[in-house]
Amino acid sequence: MVSPSMRIDEGCDLDSDNSVLMREKLAVLIVDDDAVVRKVHEKLASQLKVAKQVQTETATNGKEALDLHLSGSSFDIILMEMDLPIMDGPEVTKELRAMGVKSMIVGVTSRDSQVEKTAFMVAGLDECLEKPLTADKISSLVETLEKKK
Amino acid sequence: MRASLEGEKQQTDQSMDGGLMQMQRRLAEYRNALFKEGILDSQYLQLQELQDESNPDFVVEVVSLFFTDSEKLLNDLSRDLAQQNVDFKRVDAHVHQLKGSSSSIGAEKVKNACIVFRNFCQEKNIPGCLRCLQQIKQEFLLVKSKLETLFKLEQQVVAAGGSIPTVQQPIL
Repeated sequence: MVSPSMRIDEGCDLDSDNSVLMREKLAVLIVDDDAVVRKVHEKLASQLKVAKQVQTETATNGKEALDLHLSGSSFDIILMEMDLPIMDGPEVTKELRAMGVKSMIVGVTSRDSQVEKTAFMVAGLDECLEKPLTADKISSLVETLEKKK
Repeated sequence: MRASLEGEKQQTDQSMDGGLMQMQRRLAEYRNALFKEGILDSQYLQLQELQDESNPDFVVEVVSLFFTDSEKLLNDLSRDLAQQNVDFKRVDAHVHQLKGSSSSIGAEKVKNACIVFRNFCQEKNIPGCLRCLQQIKQEFLLVKSKLETLFKLEQQVVAAGGSIPTVQQPIL
């Protein structure tokens, strides 16, 4: 069932040789309390040409992100804002790792303090990126994900 | 008679094409100026590249959302700073959010004004924060006005039968 915050985009049409190598689905969760940022990040993720289907879902705070996982959802990539209401990025990252979530969790922040970014990494991130996210930054995340496969 | 009509039609087509070309030139010049003046940065180009046939109004949608949400944030900031006991953590959270959203759409001057504001927040400097808030409001109104004009110019080009070329890099 597709929830209101979920979106499914068909990947690009490739010839049969490439489609054999391409993964079936890429699931991306965008966790950010700002609607503008969610919209841009969701569109960036949906344009990735690495899967036949790119499924994006959004959460507006850390607790929502946690609840999605508790209800059985899983994702390949989680884009996690550091400053979130109710439950912040580092808190929810720690919880997800404690639950055994193995997704690629990428911190996304406008903060430029190295100390804060390091603390966020220590919570369990695979990577921490500075806003704004671009197509290149997201593509390189997927490359890293593909290498780990 | 037919030759004369065809000649007239050719002349009309040429003047219409000339009119469209002039509009497209004006649009390109206006857009380039926004980058040159530092009102927009390369992130705006990212938004343009995300726009496609499946979502032909993506840029206008995101920017309109930015306008609405920012106006609310700016009102919240005005209210926060007017309190007897200013909650700087709350002020900082709002400015931080505005910094994030403005950087995500390429509103460079708004983003830079937020950076300065956060410094005054950390110092708990109310007069500094108030000055910064005024600056952010000015930069916001400027980018809003400029982008609204840009969208109108784009609409005129499309209405005249032209298309909006995607700028690969700002011409500075």
